[in-house]
Amino acid sequence: MAKVKYNYCKELTKGILKENPVLRLVLGTCPALATSTSVVNAIGMGIATTMVLICSNIVISALRKVIPSKARIPSYIVIIASFVTIVQMLIKAFVPALDESLGVFLPLIVVNCIILGRAEAFASKNPVLVSAVDGLGMGIGFTAALSCMGFVRELLGGGTLLSGTDTLLSAFVDLGSFRGLDFNTALESIGLSPMTIFILPAGGFFVFGILMAVVNKISEKKGLKRAVLSGCEGCPLASGCSKLKEDDAQ
Amino acid sequence: MSETNKLTVSASPHIKGFSTVTGIMLDVIIALIPAAFAGVAVFGVKAALVIAVCIISCVAFEALSRKIMKRHSTVGDLSAVVTGLLLAFNLPVDIPLWMCVAGSAVAIVVVKQFFGGIGQNFANPALTARIVLLVSFAGAMTSFSQPSSAAVDAVAGATPLAHLSALDLDGNITLQLKQLIADGELPSLLHMFFGVRQGCIGEVCSVALILGAVYLVARGVIKLSIPVFYIGSVAVFMLIVSGFNIYYTAYEILGGGLLLGAFFMATDYTTSPINKKGKIVFGIGCGLLTCIIRLYCSVPEGVSYSILLMNIACPLIEKITAPGYFGFTKEKKVKKEKAV
Repeated sequence: MAKVKYNYCKELTKGILKENPVLRLVLGTCPALATSTSVVNAIGMGIATTMVLICSNIVISALRKVIPSKARIPSYIVIIASFVTIVQMLIKAFVPALDESLGVFLPLIVVNCIILGRAEAFASKNPVLVSAVDGLGMGIGFTAALSCMGFVRELLGGGTLLSGTDTLLSAFVDLGSFRGLDFNTALESIGLSPMTIFILPAGGFFVFGILMAVVNKISEKKGLKRAVLSGCEGCPLASGCSKLKEDDAQ
Repeated sequence: MSETNKLTVSASPHIKGFSTVTGIMLDVIIALIPAAFAGVAVFGVKAALVIAVCIISCVAFEALSRKIMKRHSTVGDLSAVVTGLLLAFNLPVDIPLWMCVAGSAVAIVVVKQFFGGIGQNFANPALTARIVLLVSFAGAMTSFSQPSSAAVDAVAGATPLAHLSALDLDGNITLQLKQLIADGELPSLLHMFFGVRQGCIGEVCSVALILGAVYLVARGVIKLSIPVFYIGSVAVFMLIVSGFNIYYTAYEILGGGLLLGAFFMATDYTTSPINKKGKIVFGIGCGLLTCIIRLYCSVPEGVSYSILLMNIACPLIEKITAPGYFGFTKEKKVKKEKAV
């Protein structure tokens, strides 16, 4: 069998815009809405997910010939769950404040469909290195989408920017007295106040929808297809779908 | 024109309707004018300022968003004016003016234009904007000042509905209401009817709203089924809850934004069912939700939430109540023959 040449650069960048997991594939919506209330939360969640994504992609890709196809989903979940546990323990040890603010969404990375989706659609069919690159690209795309949402929601809903940066970074670098930007006093002096709804889930949906529209517009300009949300075309698992394979066999 | 050429047109004479979007919107504006004047009369010039800011910003956002989205301008159909007017009617008079502008942006840009403009929005723009503002600025949206014509000038206080929801429904309701009126906390029914009470700009003066509604019905712009079933179901529910106390029920109907909501918001063409059966379901649904929210939830007023919820349920109601084809009857269920 001829060896397939992988374009690593392309695999890395596709996750950012072309196949952005949140905004184009519409995966991982629940953690995206729940943890994008501030930029720091979004970045923390993004990094945690990226770490799990890379590690699970590597292991699943390495084991792709060992895992029987009928028991693949449970096997993937076990692998993903072990990495989530590791990441959660690391976060608890080094950035306990982030663990507190992410709460239940940190262990829930186990059931994040981006990770399972990449395992099923990519890592189970491709060699280790390119799977790791794919995981990194998807992770960056996820983090970028979350950060964009977090930026808008934190600014409009809380009147702050990067608040709580110290909680995320204090374990690694000395920030001095930087605690994030707070515009509330400046806003109050001109009689304005932040719109609380953007911190709430309802506002999250507004920002999510508008961001998706913007990304669709950009990709349309670049000549990409619109994100398809229904049918087998829209399913990120279509390439490995057992139902489709059965249909093909007939 | 190439589109129209494809249509087969039969020989004349043709029956033509004379109603246009602009005409209907103009009728709605005319119907809302008495309530606007009443609001200004009750709350003073500041109410006029809020109304003006809402209308101007709504029209500006409509023009701007159509321009940015490269669609033809729809400012001329006056729908943005109606949205602005209704939004202003749903705001307390003391609201900072920049919040009005923010509300207009939500109403026109997010709720209306993002979904394709007039006739495409799935929820009532003015109501959604009100709820967004209510969630965002709970303090500013719920501080109602006394009407300027009342004895005590510009003191923030609870609305009649807030008093009503604090009542002990198991006790003697009429006695409690009379006590509240004697204390000067609750306006009398006559004051409620003419609008001398706390509340949003447009909702206070019931008589002006009814006048506008009569005009709309007479002009054939709205059908009576939604408002009648909406207000009727609220009345029935409140009668049952209060042990058939008419006094209390009258307060519940005149208080809050029920009349404004039932006549001018729930009857929005785009977001309410088309056929009569659907309208009845819609009205009763709105009424029940309003009562449940008023009586059993932590917020005193439920009109905006209930209409919005029923807006969302509207496609389902349409589906269920769609009339059958002419000449067809429903297939009767064939009874399974017992195996011998």
